[in-house]
Amino acid sequence: MYKIVKAECLADKIYLMDVEAPRVAKACQPGEFVIVKMDETGERIPLTICDYDREKGLVTIVFQVVGASTLRMASLQEGDAFQDFVGPLGQPSEFVKEDIEAVKGRRYLFVAGGVGSAPVYPQVKWMREHGIDVDVIEGAKTKSLLILEEELRAVAGNLYVTTDDGSYCRKGMVTEVIRDLVENQGKKYDVCVAIGPMIMMKFVCKLTKELGIPTIVSLNPIMVDGTGMCGACRVTVGGEVKFACVDGPEFDGHQVDFDQAMKRQQMYKTEEGRAYLREQEKESHHGGCGMCGGEA
Amino acid sequence: MDMMKKVPVREQEPAVRAKNFEEVCLGYDAGEAMEEASRCLNCKNAKCIQGCPVSIDIPGFIQQVKEGKFAEAAAVIGKSSALPAVCGRVCPQESQCEGKCVRGIKGEPVSIGKLERFVADWSRENGIEPEKAKETNGKKVAVIGSGPAGLTCAGDLAKLGYEVTIFEALHEPGGVLTYGIPEFRLPKLGVVRPEIENVKKLGVTIETDVVIGKSVTIDELMDEEGYQAVFIGSGAGLPKFMGIPGENANGVFSANEYLTRSNLMKAFREDYDTPIFRGKKVAVVGGGNVAMDAARTALRLGAEVHIVYRRSEAELPARVEEVHHAKEEGVVFDLLRNPVEILTDENDWVTGMVIRKMELGEPDASGRRRPVEVPGSDYTIDVDTVIMSLGTSPNPLISSTTKGLETNRWKCIIADEADGKTTKEGVYAGGDAVTGAATVILAMGAGKAAAKGIDEYLQKRK
Repeated sequence: MYKIVKAECLADKIYLMDVEAPRVAKACQPGEFVIVKMDETGERIPLTICDYDREKGLVTIVFQVVGASTLRMASLQEGDAFQDFVGPLGQPSEFVKEDIEAVKGRRYLFVAGGVGSAPVYPQVKWMREHGIDVDVIEGAKTKSLLILEEELRAVAGNLYVTTDDGSYCRKGMVTEVIRDLVENQGKKYDVCVAIGPMIMMKFVCKLTKELGIPTIVSLNPIMVDGTGMCGACRVTVGGEVKFACVDGPEFDGHQVDFDQAMKRQQMYKTEEGRAYLREQEKESHHGGCGMCGGEA
Repeated sequence: MDMMKKVPVREQEPAVRAKNFEEVCLGYDAGEAMEEASRCLNCKNAKCIQGCPVSIDIPGFIQQVKEGKFAEAAAVIGKSSALPAVCGRVCPQESQCEGKCVRGIKGEPVSIGKLERFVADWSRENGIEPEKAKETNGKKVAVIGSGPAGLTCAGDLAKLGYEVTIFEALHEPGGVLTYGIPEFRLPKLGVVRPEIENVKKLGVTIETDVVIGKSVTIDELMDEEGYQAVFIGSGAGLPKFMGIPGENANGVFSANEYLTRSNLMKAFREDYDTPIFRGKKVAVVGGGNVAMDAARTALRLGAEVHIVYRRSEAELPARVEEVHHAKEEGVVFDLLRNPVEILTDENDWVTGMVIRKMELGEPDASGRRRPVEVPGSDYTIDVDTVIMSLGTSPNPLISSTTKGLETNRWKCIIADEADGKTTKEGVYAGGDAVTGAATVILAMGAGKAAAKGIDEYLQKRK
């Protein structure tokens, strides 16, 4: 069992937990992920690592409630435990493995959308620990959904926050901020790292291709084992089939077939939706929602 | 009774079992087992033993069964096998022990597998426990993977007094016994878990959720955690795809994914969270045991199921009993057929599959006749689900993160067949990680050989 030593609600439906997992905390690197399973009947759910404390043996995860499983997970409290917590999985971010002088020679732009701020954070923190100042754009639908702003501000060179509805800081999409920085403020970037919803990553890539900035994205397809044995997470990158869990989750964004990846993400959508509604509304739900197949 | 024929074994009715996940074969009772045992001629130079990869003293245990001494029979099997309840169920006996039985020359061979299964089930039901080593020798051995190879190696080493820890990447031990072979062939709670508990009772520790090469490396286990030897039994779990158009569509699964969802995650049960896609018409591509398992699972989830295989029935690599069971349950066999494209709708969901007819040409390197395409024979079938069961290869994660461990061009770890020794000192390997996908019993044989190899190595090293 893997004890939860801290459980916090960061925003509406977004939760942060510090979990005791000494082997993972010792070995993990920015860019990698874990798979958690809360109890006997639970699903295996992939989550990117948000932070780690090697000495205390803690790993921080952040997740959003999107279906029945994550809704059940959200009810876990400090002192509860996950039955399973596996990792680290996937490949670390490219810069972790590269010559540090080469990394220092580049200008990085990080773009975090929604819960994507969680996996962006350890990467930016790693940069700060190695003396590299990077620009970070953080976007959220609205002010109340913005997470880890203070944490990111503490490790970023510059932090640009934007909300879709303008309820906080700038108004607009992250892509508008990128365009503004590059075209109006004269910023130049050698690498962009964009992590967030698939649709956001797709549009960031479209723009950075136009602007000529090589871009890395972190994909979040459906996974089961997370160790390369099933291919549920397969994606097409540069015309080749890759397993995101072992070849990724980070890929060259300009090579990713986003449309296919988004369609594959929908595979269990109705089932998840049904299970979620069953869980949330229990006996009070009598159909008519168009999701659950129940009697109207 | 007819001495030429096997005592028939009781089974669930095909029409009933096609709708549930309960075990198909119900096994012998004591009377039936003793009757079947009496067919054994107790050969002096028993050919059946040569056919068994772990050389169980088959006439030896069968003579005990004949006299109703089941505990004694279990002790005889226990000398050679740690997983008899599993092997009695899943070994391809027709090409192993039973294939060599002299009774098989004129009639049916002795039902060795069913007798082994009876003895193992009887022992479990009667609380017979394996004997633990009297004292430990203080030497630590790490076993990577808790499938048949790892469990066997760990069990043998523990009996010799080693402190053994098995590291397993998934949340449940058992490897393919847990995630691959379905409940209706190999019950998890009733058979697999108790056999694993027996290995633990020998003193073996199992640490789950540890991915060797990621959570910790073999070098770290040896340099920092005090393990003096390592056995790699990580299997061959990487699925192959065909590379045909449409293969990434929604509704196309590897057999590994489909079976893992159903067996390990229990997606077929309403009270578990993991979903599984319940198609109406399913095509399973391939002809091995895994293909049969996937097909029969899909059938139980309510689908019409077709096996699409590029050779003919004679070449099907699956166990004869499983092919027979699949047919009885209503799986349709489309033989000498090969898919060339998967068709999809505008949302990328599978709608059909283009199939090309094949015919058999000259034998290939494996001795099987090579399938050759029939030009202009393409036709389309309507399906909403395709399950690819084309075989698996070893996961390169361990070999790529262990210094000095060499692999061949199929990513299989290079190891000595006799004692499992690899190119790295103190590291041994066996099972599918070395041979590529093979059988449970061959993996157990390799685990046994490696346990002997490790013991000899550590004895010498002192």
